[in-house]
Amino acid sequence: MIHHAKFREMQKRLLKPAVFLLCLLPLAVLVWQLLSDRLGANPIDAVADSTGEWTLRFLLITLAATPLKHLLGWGWTIRVRRMLGLFAFFYATLHLFTYLWLDQFFDWGEIWLDILDRPFITVGMLTFVLLLPLAATSNNAMVRRLGRNWKRLHRFAYVIPLLGVVHFWWLVKADVREPLVYGVLLAVLLLLRVRRKTFTSRVAGESCAS
Amino acid sequence: MLIRKPSELDESDVTPYEIYQQRRKFLQSGLAVAGAALTGSLWLPPASAAISIAKVKPGPFSTDEEKTDRKDVLTYNNFYEFGVSKSDPSKTAHRMKTDPWSVEITGECEKPGTFTLEDILAPHALEERIYRLRCVEGWSMVIPWIGFPLADLIKRFAPTSKARYVEFETLYDRKQMPGQRRRILDWPYREGLRMDEAMHPLSLMAVGLYGKTLPNQNGAPLRLVVPWKYGFKSIKSIVKIHFRETQPTSSWMKAGPREYGFYSNVNPNVPHPRWSQKRERRIGEFRKRRTLMFNGYTEQVASLYTGMDLKKYF
Repeated sequence: MIHHAKFREMQKRLLKPAVFLLCLLPLAVLVWQLLSDRLGANPIDAVADSTGEWTLRFLLITLAATPLKHLLGWGWTIRVRRMLGLFAFFYATLHLFTYLWLDQFFDWGEIWLDILDRPFITVGMLTFVLLLPLAATSNNAMVRRLGRNWKRLHRFAYVIPLLGVVHFWWLVKADVREPLVYGVLLAVLLLLRVRRKTFTSRVAGESCAS
Repeated sequence: MLIRKPSELDESDVTPYEIYQQRRKFLQSGLAVAGAALTGSLWLPPASAAISIAKVKPGPFSTDEEKTDRKDVLTYNNFYEFGVSKSDPSKTAHRMKTDPWSVEITGECEKPGTFTLEDILAPHALEERIYRLRCVEGWSMVIPWIGFPLADLIKRFAPTSKARYVEFETLYDRKQMPGQRRRILDWPYREGLRMDEAMHPLSLMAVGLYGKTLPNQNGAPLRLVVPWKYGFKSIKSIVKIHFRETQPTSSWMKAGPREYGFYSNVNPNVPHPRWSQKRERRIGEFRKRRTLMFNGYTEQVASLYTGMDLKKYF
């Protein structure tokens, strides 16, 4: 029994470092591909695509933490939820810098025109701007300081991936299959919440009646 | 698992001489024998196992800019018939059978008919032309094409005075072109040119690149190259040429009428509705470069469009 408890303790301690390393894996693979010339003829575009897609994936993975807990009883997903969200922000930052540096070479005039004229850039920028306050208020001190408002603010976590999907959708030339897949996954994750809410309130209503 | 990509073929993968000899010897006698009524057949090997083309003279209009790596030309392709990812065509285009191949000539001309590829190519002397290629997506390449002027081909079919436009069609066969199983575009892929554009000496019918026959992913066995227009105008794997009185609607015009016009001339001043066309990334270069009007062919083609509002006719 002692062994079992020790094992649980170790599991608990290793969870976060393990997830942390796992979340860095896409970046490690990308850097390896870049350095070993495996990204094809247009490596810069490949980096932009990859960091953008990993941002979307991490946003969805973060949103999956709560339903996974409810559906499968996995408590650990909640413990790493904040880290997952921060990794979404991390990949979004890499994505943004790829654009600012390797696509526009910090030509701020052009960048500003892009934000004004190109709806997909506008939405992409908006997505990043909305991520900023969430990342900035992710530590425990801010959670305590903001109290109820913290929860309100962090409801943006539902809007941000939606904007991300729109950003992707408006960028593709003809084949919308990929952004569609992300959109469907997002819809499922959001619907699970709505269903749970109506379900729990119905259960609550019934128990009141009885 | 080691899967050898057909695109990674090099000199040593070229068909052994003996096998090549067994075929009728159109190439051997020189694809480029001017005006000769050759009756032999040009053997076009599967996938990108391109074979060398002998006797190619240097043609006009070539740029002396640094050529894009052959490997990049062969592995970075927009050819949606073989998949939407740029790395797809070099992996799946081997499914296309380019021998035998025939081209149907229809519409407003005196000599319509269906011709074998050999018939199409026979009288033309091949030349090498190093052209810039600018994709509508904002990247560009410099490619040494092998081909002959489109005008020379068109003249053979004696288009009538009603022939104001030429329409081209790509092969449509879901078995050979897996990308066509999904209706990303309105298949078969169609493109068109105004007659004077088609007859312009820059317009090239290409059968090869980098000294060899066209790899499938680059539009084998016969493709158009119109260097002052965005890349998608340069239709690949042509099976039909149709002379017509009215302006054709291309596949991309159907897919996005606001985004892709009939002319689609390279123009840094007219943005794609979703992105700027001011600059481009030359494949293999780090920094972007300025996109030139008509992709740098203003001197040759500007007169085709005098008095036209190129913002309206984009």
